[in-house]
Amino acid sequence: MKHLPLVIRSIAAWAVTLLLFFPLFWLFLTAFKTELQAISVPPQLIFAPTLENFTEVQERSDYLLYAKNSFITSVLSTLLGLLIAAPAAYSMAFFRTRKTRDLLMWMLSTKMMPAVGALVPVYVMAQSSGLLDTLTGLTIVFTMSNLPIMVWMLYSYFKDIPPDILEAARMDGAGIWNEFRYVILPLGMGGMASTGLLCLVLSWNEAFWSLNLSAAKAGTLAALIASYSSPEGLFWAKLSAASLLAIAPIIVFGWFSQKQLVQGLTFGAVK
Amino acid sequence: MSFLQLKGIVKEFGPVRTIKGIDLTIEKGEFVVFVGPSGCGKSTLLRIIAGLEPVTQGRIELDGRDITELPSSKRELAMVFQSYALYPHMTVFENMSFALKLAKVDKAEIDEKVGRAAKILNLTDYLKRTPKELSGGQRQRVAIGRSIVRAPKVFLFDEPLSNLDAALRGQTRVEIASLHRALGATTIYVTHDQVEAMTLADRVVVLRDGLIEQVGSPLELYDRPANQFVAQFIGTPQMNVLAAGALPELTRVAGARLPADGAVGVRPEGVRVLPGGGAISAKVTLIESLGADTLIHTAVASGAPLVARQSERTALHVGDAVGVEIDAGALHFFDKQGRVVNAVREAA
Repeated sequence: MKHLPLVIRSIAAWAVTLLLFFPLFWLFLTAFKTELQAISVPPQLIFAPTLENFTEVQERSDYLLYAKNSFITSVLSTLLGLLIAAPAAYSMAFFRTRKTRDLLMWMLSTKMMPAVGALVPVYVMAQSSGLLDTLTGLTIVFTMSNLPIMVWMLYSYFKDIPPDILEAARMDGAGIWNEFRYVILPLGMGGMASTGLLCLVLSWNEAFWSLNLSAAKAGTLAALIASYSSPEGLFWAKLSAASLLAIAPIIVFGWFSQKQLVQGLTFGAVK
Repeated sequence: MSFLQLKGIVKEFGPVRTIKGIDLTIEKGEFVVFVGPSGCGKSTLLRIIAGLEPVTQGRIELDGRDITELPSSKRELAMVFQSYALYPHMTVFENMSFALKLAKVDKAEIDEKVGRAAKILNLTDYLKRTPKELSGGQRQRVAIGRSIVRAPKVFLFDEPLSNLDAALRGQTRVEIASLHRALGATTIYVTHDQVEAMTLADRVVVLRDGLIEQVGSPLELYDRPANQFVAQFIGTPQMNVLAAGALPELTRVAGARLPADGAVGVRPEGVRVLPGGGAISAKVTLIESLGADTLIHTAVASGAPLVARQSERTALHVGDAVGVEIDAGALHFFDKQGRVVNAVREAA
């Protein structure tokens, strides 16, 4: 890559960026069009923007309820996930056995399985335990589906903490709790933050489980969007408005935390 | 009265037995050095004392109390690690006060203790810095400071100087020695460097393959090694050891004391090179001029190497034919298993 002239590299970078960005841009424009403008050919770039789609989305289906559900499930599943993943990653990173590697691989392999393969058992379990269409049920499922990645990420971060430092803390009189609180936590803070952010984004964007396990009460924004693509045919403008409302919070959030996120997603790649 | 006692310590890692049964008693205030080649188990033994490795068998007693099963945090020991293992997110002050903070010592006392330790170690100006803003030598001193503020029962040092350059290593060695004299604290120090062992120790424990080869004061080990391994491990340059048959002329020097199928050892200062020729003829193979000392490597007729050390400089060149004289009183005799045969004193 290094020997390509800067101009070519810049053009390539811009091309990829625009390609990725265009659908979002188009979504944004369409959300402010009327339904007629949305399907007009040729597409209109200049038009009188309207907010009617947004008011209609809020009227027809309580946007705020879905947003609240998304917020609660993603935040809770992130916290719960960190609570489970951090001690797991700690023990795998600092008390390795011959099976640690296999265990990690096995955990990751569960992510290779298509989620639909587990749908029926998970659905039946949720149903028989009364967790269908509840925030608790979704939070648990989100946490479970994110755990393998969380443990992996935290494990990679913790592994970079020299074990000598933990031993020094033990010699200094620290038990497990103080060791975690004064040494692991401050040194692993970057990793915990990146992992938490990623998990938050993944939970927010999660569609498969929320579509299948929730309905009117616990539906998240993913379920809201989906509800616009079915009954009376496609309404592009309203669908776009609903989608924009659904992704706006996470885009704003992502914008402010992009540094941490990038660091988290490229962990291990640039050392 | 014994202060720290190791009784029948055995350590196995899976099927591998790294410590094969060690009994050792350390007195209060003593400076003991564990020395041996890499893989001899000296660091493992230290980590067992520290509580960082559980023992497979055996007992550890400290100050009359069984600490075998006690976690590191409750053993009242302090350790200086080879990598220093400073807390990178804490300042020098926080690093040094961490143990006191955990022990809930009050703030005024912490300030006073850390202040005193910092003064002893010349760290007063650096208390607000973090470890990455310090040089290697300063980090080393912080690591030492961290252990002395707590006034532990025993100081454990795990090859603390091996990350320093040669000049700093010598200087820090002197500092550790004077610190020990000032504090009078019981210290166990692990190193593979026999010079450190010789200069610092009250007693040296020579380890090999998970067993103690010999315990004694530095000069005892130098003058009266128990076996060929200790004889060759202690002292630079190494003791010359020749198979008994490699140098027939030795019979004249050693007389009847020469073991038939063992080996003979002589330290380089017990060998004199005579440029004009002598009882044993040899050829110069290498000359190392160190300034104060000159090492002359020679090969005798059978090809066996023999190194001589002298304080005078030499005009000899590689390839010169010389005579060699060996001080009969400086000979060590070893049997086939490498154990010392006390032939010298019996005959004398």
